[in-house]
Amino acid sequence: MPITSQPRHLLSRYDVTVVGAGPAGLSAAVAAREQGAERILMVDRDPEPGGILLQCIHSGFGLHEFKQDVTGPEYAHLALERVIEQDVDVLTNTYVTDVTRDLRVKLMSPEAGISTLDTGSLVIATGARERTRAAIKIPGERPAGVMTAGLAQKMVNLHGYLPGRRAVILGSGDIGLIMARRLTLEGVQVLGVFELLPFASGLGRNVVQCLQDFDIPLHLSTTVVDIHGHQRVERIAVAPVDDDLVPQLDKSWDIECDTLLLSIGLIPDAELARQLQLNLDPRTGGPVVTSTMETSLPGVFAAGNNLHINDLADWVSQEARAAGAAAGDVALGRHRARQDVTVTPGRNVAYVVPHTLSTERSQTVSFRVKQPIYGDTMLHLGDAHKRKVRAVVPPEMVTMKVSPKLLDGFAGDTLRVDAIPVEEEES
Amino acid sequence: MGDDRVWDVLIIGGGAVGATLARALSRFHLDVALLEWQAEVAFGVSKANSGIVHSAMHASPDTLKGKLEYPGNLGWRQLHDELGFGLNNVGEVLVALDDEQLVRIEEIRQQGIRKGIPGTQAWTAERTLDAQPNLTREVKGAVWAPTACVFNPYEAVMLVADAARRNGVTIAEEQRVVGIDPPDAEDPDAPLTVRTETDVWRGRFVVNAAGLFADDIAEFAGVRDFKILPRKGEEYLLDKRLSGIVTSIIFPCPSPISKGTLVNPTVDGTIMVGPTAQTVDDKFDTSTTEEGAAQVFTNARKLVPTISERDIIAEFAGLRPVSDTEDFIVGPTDRRGFINAAGIQSPGLTGAPALADLLVDILADEGLELDEKDHWDPTAPHPVKFNQLPTEEQQALARRDPRYAHLICRCEIITEAEVRDAMDRGAHTLDGLKFRTRVGMGRCQGGFCTWGCMQLLAEHQGITIPEVTKRGTGTWIVCDRDDHPVTTARNGG
Repeated sequence: MPITSQPRHLLSRYDVTVVGAGPAGLSAAVAAREQGAERILMVDRDPEPGGILLQCIHSGFGLHEFKQDVTGPEYAHLALERVIEQDVDVLTNTYVTDVTRDLRVKLMSPEAGISTLDTGSLVIATGARERTRAAIKIPGERPAGVMTAGLAQKMVNLHGYLPGRRAVILGSGDIGLIMARRLTLEGVQVLGVFELLPFASGLGRNVVQCLQDFDIPLHLSTTVVDIHGHQRVERIAVAPVDDDLVPQLDKSWDIECDTLLLSIGLIPDAELARQLQLNLDPRTGGPVVTSTMETSLPGVFAAGNNLHINDLADWVSQEARAAGAAAGDVALGRHRARQDVTVTPGRNVAYVVPHTLSTERSQTVSFRVKQPIYGDTMLHLGDAHKRKVRAVVPPEMVTMKVSPKLLDGFAGDTLRVDAIPVEEEES
Repeated sequence: MGDDRVWDVLIIGGGAVGATLARALSRFHLDVALLEWQAEVAFGVSKANSGIVHSAMHASPDTLKGKLEYPGNLGWRQLHDELGFGLNNVGEVLVALDDEQLVRIEEIRQQGIRKGIPGTQAWTAERTLDAQPNLTREVKGAVWAPTACVFNPYEAVMLVADAARRNGVTIAEEQRVVGIDPPDAEDPDAPLTVRTETDVWRGRFVVNAAGLFADDIAEFAGVRDFKILPRKGEEYLLDKRLSGIVTSIIFPCPSPISKGTLVNPTVDGTIMVGPTAQTVDDKFDTSTTEEGAAQVFTNARKLVPTISERDIIAEFAGLRPVSDTEDFIVGPTDRRGFINAAGIQSPGLTGAPALADLLVDILADEGLELDEKDHWDPTAPHPVKFNQLPTEEQQALARRDPRYAHLICRCEIITEAEVRDAMDRGAHTLDGLKFRTRVGMGRCQGGFCTWGCMQLLAEHQGITIPEVTKRGTGTWIVCDRDDHPVTTARNGG
């Protein structure tokens, strides 16, 4: 049964408005309420809250956030229960189409019409979208049967239809790996997963549990170079790539299939961020934020996959809790923590979030490495902190808890985050 | 279809020519059917091109193309007023980069003046850069032609076909013609019998507006005097953030063989560069190529130096139905009742409304009686473009119909009400919806809206979700689960 609660009526002003009711939005709304903000509105485009979690019917969620291994819909349910305990207006089937820089929100909803309202603070929790065929320019014809893995997941898990009978998956992102297993269980022949890079883009556990356990071949350093079929996909061509990722067309081979699923990455859905002219980080594609996830426009916060692409929903919930609490504080006119330390990606680090830290509060720094290091690795936060870990790989986000004590004496400084093999460091 | 029914006119081909002809014929008391082989009209040549209503300076008034160009330009503007498809009168800037080209573009302007094109101006380099500051500093001068427009040809053709349908024309889709019976030796006045894969159609007149396949259709009718040689044009759309880099259609000085590579704003505000011009063998070859991109961008940078391949967000290729005579092939043939409208390459899209009027005259000369209807409605309700309306008007619409407050496509802001209107006007495939409403054309390329559109398409047609297609037969999107043996992981996990 769908769990929704329509607002009694829409107020003309809210303390906090949360856009998106996935793991980020659900967590932010609760945190804002717990912080004392009273009038909270959460909107979601889908008919019920939960976001993409609802189509992730596999397990592996919640180990950190709920201390139990649950499926995506169960995770959404647990997170939503916390919202329902609080007094939060939830409006579904609703889009925020415009937000002005003075935080006037325009929304469209079949139930509430086209309305504008003012908000004290705003949490953007709009998630991510999938990269498409257009983003990577696969040559060839344009038949039906080319679909992103996430859309296929929605078709199968929420609506009960299959994307095809013989599928090839391009890209080894987590959704692709999960769908390789899902489709196999549904009786679809999954002929292989092809990855341009020399390593899988998804989590190691998914490579094992979704591919190896089902004898689905993973072809690294290989990509799709052609698509054939006037009506439906009939055949694709794949080829290995050289060290510069250029396909070796003379070594290509054909695969007969009717479906090509793309799992080639997620892009933060930064439409509202762009509309609000927030400072964006070209490395993440999301906004630049402080340690409380506040963007360059005071009162506007971002959390979850629209800020940077997370690997686990649990991290999203935690990050959004910080954003929601601070959004509540700002709406209530409370003191903002000083943001007096800057962090920046250094050796072998692709990006770091947040972009500034505070010597007044505890915070978590999240980052991803560029190249895998399969051995003891030293993580540095400037000279403030270092920590040894066993290995780092790009698919797995690295987090570091940073207490105010660690930052003592670094106010005004810029700290570089590095991830270096221990042996290099010692030599 | 209709077994013994004899249609006054059968039009083969639902592109710009077929649709404007159908609409022109809808003014008269006639039984007209338009046969389109694809799932929807405008899915062929009319779908993939530069989307320009030409200024009408370029083609020589001595050719049929040149004669039809300016009346066609006026025709599209009138259809825009009557039917409400998007059309922006952005004008053309024809650029000269050296003294020789200055002479040539002035000749083109004088030709335009002789053809009656109003408002053209000869611009100095300074005036040109004032109007288009992102053009190359190498510019020596330009001709300004205010008559050029941009539009979405598929949207226009779909609405023209809808207008024809509203006035009684039968639009029959997925009707691939597979043969035309030989003439009846006993009765030379007998109607022509056109066979499609599924039906038999009989018509007193058959107009061949079959685009790339016009030579095949002509051959069915025993007319073998021309060939269509598809000429491919690749087009590249640039990121919206470049909107405004040029505000008019920028033309290079043409060479004797081609109009060259253009840089133009589209009616939706994106910047498009192209086309290439390459003769190909395959009438289905709409692939884009690395060489094509390189050529387009090298040429485009001669006009607008800051344009880069890095800004490509979408690309497509279309085929021009070029006849081996290089001119339009229009008129009656040796086969009685069989009229050609073939080889309609550039500026054929521009000329189409005028070509339609010419074809009506030709049909009349051949014996078709034109009895005007008393109550013919040249207009149709204009499609609502919700995302272009001010908030107050949006709110008023949503109060009247809550489906205007239900978004289907978030990237382009397209509402359920607009999608339903498109279906009422004939859209019945995902691509049909996309080209009519722009749903799924935005950044997420349908990742979010595909399911919502499929649900609406299934409901509207009373079909199941697996029966919904991308663009007709064979282009299914999802299938049903079957009964299958349960697969389990090797280790039981």
